[in-house]
Amino acid sequence: MSTRLATGGRLIDRSARRRFTFDGRAHEGYAGDTLASALLAGGHTLLGRSFKYHRPRGLVASGAEEPNALVGLGAGARFEPNQRATTTELFDGLQAVSQNAWPSLDWDVGVVNNAFARFLPAGFYYKMFMHPRPLWKHLFEPFIRRSAGLGRAPSERDADRYEHFYAFCDVLVVGGGIAGLQAALAAGRAGARVILLEQTAHWGGRSPVDGVRIDGGPAEAWINAAVQELDGMENVTLRPRTMGAGVYDHGYVLGYERVGDHDPAAEVPRHRLWRIRAARLITATGALERPLSFAGNDVPGVMLASAVRDYVVNWAVSPGDRTVVVTNNDDAYRTALALKSAGLEVPAILDARPRAEGELPEMARAHGIRVETGKGVAKVRGGRHVTAVGVCAQAGEGAVLEEIACDAVAMSGGWSPVVHLWSHCGGKLEWDAAQALFRPDPDRAPTGHDGHPFVATAGAASGALQADRAMADADENMKNVLQGIGRKSPSRKPPKVESAEEAPLAPVWQMPQGAGPALRAKMWLDYQNDVKVSDVRLAAQEGYESVEHTKRYTTLGMATDQGKLSNINGLATLSQALHEEIPQVGTTTFRPPYTPISMAAIAGEARGPVFQPLRRTPMHEWHEANGADWEPVGQWRRPYCYRRAGESRRDAVHREVRNTRNALGLLDASTLGKIMVSGPDAERFIDMLYTGKMSTLKPGKCRYGLMCDENGFLMDDGVCARLDERSFLCHTTSGGAERIHGWMEDWLQCEWWDWQVHVVNLTEQFAQVAVVGPNARNLLERLGGIDVSKETLPFMAWTEGTLGGFRARVFRISFSGELSFEIAVPASEGRAFWERLVEAGEGFGAMPYGTEALHVMRAEKGFIMIGDETDGTIIPQDLGLDWAISKKKEDFLGKRGMERVNMTSPDRWKLVGLETLDGSVLPDGAHAPAEGLNANGQRNTQGRVTSTYYSPTLGRGIAMALVHRGPERMGETIAFNVPGRTPVKAKIVEPVFYDPKGERQNV
Amino acid sequence: MSEAVTALNGARYEGIATIAEAPLGGMVTLRGDLSGADLGAAVQEAAGVAVPGRRGVVAEGPRTALWMAPDELLLLMPYAEAPETAAGINAALAGRFALAVDVSDARARFHVSGPRAREVLAKLSPVDFAAGVFAPGEVRRTRAAQAAAAVWMSGEEEFSLICFRSVARYVFDLLSMAAAPGGEVGAFD
Repeated sequence: MSTRLATGGRLIDRSARRRFTFDGRAHEGYAGDTLASALLAGGHTLLGRSFKYHRPRGLVASGAEEPNALVGLGAGARFEPNQRATTTELFDGLQAVSQNAWPSLDWDVGVVNNAFARFLPAGFYYKMFMHPRPLWKHLFEPFIRRSAGLGRAPSERDADRYEHFYAFCDVLVVGGGIAGLQAALAAGRAGARVILLEQTAHWGGRSPVDGVRIDGGPAEAWINAAVQELDGMENVTLRPRTMGAGVYDHGYVLGYERVGDHDPAAEVPRHRLWRIRAARLITATGALERPLSFAGNDVPGVMLASAVRDYVVNWAVSPGDRTVVVTNNDDAYRTALALKSAGLEVPAILDARPRAEGELPEMARAHGIRVETGKGVAKVRGGRHVTAVGVCAQAGEGAVLEEIACDAVAMSGGWSPVVHLWSHCGGKLEWDAAQALFRPDPDRAPTGHDGHPFVATAGAASGALQADRAMADADENMKNVLQGIGRKSPSRKPPKVESAEEAPLAPVWQMPQGAGPALRAKMWLDYQNDVKVSDVRLAAQEGYESVEHTKRYTTLGMATDQGKLSNINGLATLSQALHEEIPQVGTTTFRPPYTPISMAAIAGEARGPVFQPLRRTPMHEWHEANGADWEPVGQWRRPYCYRRAGESRRDAVHREVRNTRNALGLLDASTLGKIMVSGPDAERFIDMLYTGKMSTLKPGKCRYGLMCDENGFLMDDGVCARLDERSFLCHTTSGGAERIHGWMEDWLQCEWWDWQVHVVNLTEQFAQVAVVGPNARNLLERLGGIDVSKETLPFMAWTEGTLGGFRARVFRISFSGELSFEIAVPASEGRAFWERLVEAGEGFGAMPYGTEALHVMRAEKGFIMIGDETDGTIIPQDLGLDWAISKKKEDFLGKRGMERVNMTSPDRWKLVGLETLDGSVLPDGAHAPAEGLNANGQRNTQGRVTSTYYSPTLGRGIAMALVHRGPERMGETIAFNVPGRTPVKAKIVEPVFYDPKGERQNV
Repeated sequence: MSEAVTALNGARYEGIATIAEAPLGGMVTLRGDLSGADLGAAVQEAAGVAVPGRRGVVAEGPRTALWMAPDELLLLMPYAEAPETAAGINAALAGRFALAVDVSDARARFHVSGPRAREVLAKLSPVDFAAGVFAPGEVRRTRAAQAAAAVWMSGEEEFSLICFRSVARYVFDLLSMAAAPGGEVGAFD
């Protein structure tokens, strides 16, 4: 079994103990441990269950590529599922729980799937659950949902904070191994702005573990010196614990910094998403070791050879007393040597190659390790842990020649460069047959806006696997990159790297090569999603020839590790089954992120109160303090109504309507759009924007106007005031101000660029209050300073001056049918002005009213509302607004659109009023059915409700509706469907329910 | 006039940088041909500053001109002077294609100061705030997270950020969160 070694461990600090729990049981590790190394040191080789068959699974890897060791981390508001134990740094108090096992990791009932495994081949779900269809919803789907999934979702709101950071540089280097460090040094010395990201907490990558020597000393010494030099450069930013997550167009790269994961007690943002613009990106992302496909390669205790020596060298953890190494290359011999020098047994190295006579194999032999060439693993003995391997000839069909007792297996099928970042933005790959790997093709690099490559590779990521070649590759590629951005690279020789010379590997995609179906059904390709060699072969047999289709059919590479270990082995298996060459089969597409990043990091600061901008008027706090029930209007919050103690929302609205009609109401209308249009060509421009002839308006007067898009559809309305000879103030809807401002600028900048018109959005400059009701004039006279008499300030006029000491513009306009003034004051004085009105209005029965009372009153008057009566398909004529459309104007936006056949058809639905026969309130959006079916077999309809309210003024339900040929059908009764009720009959009437002659507003 | 208040009543936050809402200031939007000699003279006369170049800032004490667009300036002056400044420019440019409007009440202004001010801003705006790249004399129209904003340096270690008044609370909350202790990035050290 696995255990901690008495000495060694370059990353751990034995003087600093760290306590943690796994499935509730207490454990201990050291500072510098990962959760994986600490668990392995504690003898935990069973860490999870597989997704489909619930097979016992242990660690395979030591880094970001780990497929098995996924755990739930933390508790409560800090719980997070599916965290890789290999990339989780250990801290005091860490809580981890295993996943996908019930009732426990050791005894999982789901494992019965094992017995039925052969009934769950690739495509099982597709085949099984197609018929009979009703069973899917009621039987199959609930069952699959219960048994599927890895970790459980958190149940509480995330307690941590997250943020973004925007960074800019000339050269971004991803990967802090020796190649990345060398690249950063070269760029830094050349004076470029450099950012260097490393996903782990340590610099130097694999070199220290692999015994590489640089400039005559151990790699570590050179690495420390390099980091120190970089740290001292002002133009270089070093970022450990930060992964290069994704590469996008125009040199945009996402970096994922885990700021606080390793120290949750620190008051820091947990994750920081770096949003980097880099002129050039260097991916020095290294390479990942591939598993070998032999039967039983998923039994806990079978690990990648590189991971085995990582655990031994970095964390002083022995994965087992007796480790059999199985390989097709020289590199894995390093693992045998590392184990040996840690005092552990290596009973044999099984090398699938016929010969192994390189430097490393000879060293192994010199250490007395038995090397068997031409051999492989036929099978692995052991259920929850390896107990022995059966040795076979690689050339044969799997007859066991010998059993070797062991408690760990270190496997190596060769290495694959990490080409993910290279590929994200379109970089192409080429097949390197000698090394059996896909590597970036420098002639087909991702290109930037200028057509030049903006991504280059360095080191093992280029396919230069041996350390000396990696260093040379990094140095050369960096020189080219610096040249490309016009920087002179310092004429320094790259450091001298000594690394054992490795003989070529022999590609091994199946072990033994002649294995039959029984063995192939036990060879795992994708550990997390339980995809085996037999599944991929079945997919090929069933006609899935494209690697992308096979991936989806078998789910190969679709787990949270995105196939980091399985992709190459899987496509090699597919190519063999198809009798095609590997490059012809190709790879699946690499997509960001490299490993999963937290959703919270993507959201950054945008959560809770700042999820999105919330716009507040100057009177917002007053409303809040006075019982406002809020309604979102665009990004604004407006009071829907002001509730008094014990009052329902409905009662409040009715009170506000009655009070406004009978005494005095105050409305915060600050959100209304206020756009100034000014210039020598303002008249001409304004006549194009509005359907009516606005240019005839005299200074001091206002007029209601409609704005349509080019198709003639009504998109905004409001009152336009003429300020002076060449200036207008256009009021827009609350939600439309920015859109209409943009619309105006669009026409001025793109189409009528030679018209002399300026547009300034003054929406936020003014607080605006509607003073409405029979006592409105009394209140303004009480404030004093401006003559608001009927004679001086008639309906649809405006004036300005000082009102009660406030600089004010007073517009005599009405959206309620009552005597009404809208008063604009500087926003900074809005709150004071509002409070003055409330206070001075007390004797006149003043009450604030909200948007719902506004809606009820406008509906009583038959005034349309953009967004209720319009939906982007309605022209003004549909709403009976023909009077607001100029027939004299040669042109205006929407004129041509309105003349199209469909728009002038007498069969359009048009606006009418509705009175239910029983006085009830129709539901919003209710449809009136008509005879017959349409072309789709649906019931025909003849109208729909656009606005509907209970009118406290009239004591009954009122509604506005669009009805087929509505205005021609006055007095007719039609029925509207109401869910759960018999259809409600309503009489078609004029849409103006209250004061049709407009006598109330004209006093 | 005495009852005029800023959106947040001078809200302030001290973290890794200091966030402070600035007192009311005068602001005049000027649209017109910025290269015109008559416009330059009118600005100098009424606002007391020269016309800045592209993306530039010209500051003379409390009077500042910010370049907002190829045909737009934002002029800053004491609050009480804004109406007469706008009127003065309009009078000087009468009959020309130019427009000055008092917009003093449409915005909120924040001062972000301290050695970490650059980092705080770089969390919210896609702008290169590195010293030597972003320096006094430059203004950037950008966004602070999801709200439109403009930023310039109004002191040695002080940035000014303006946004619309209605989102003052949102922007203040953003800046405060970005400046919360523990949020040091160290990217500009």
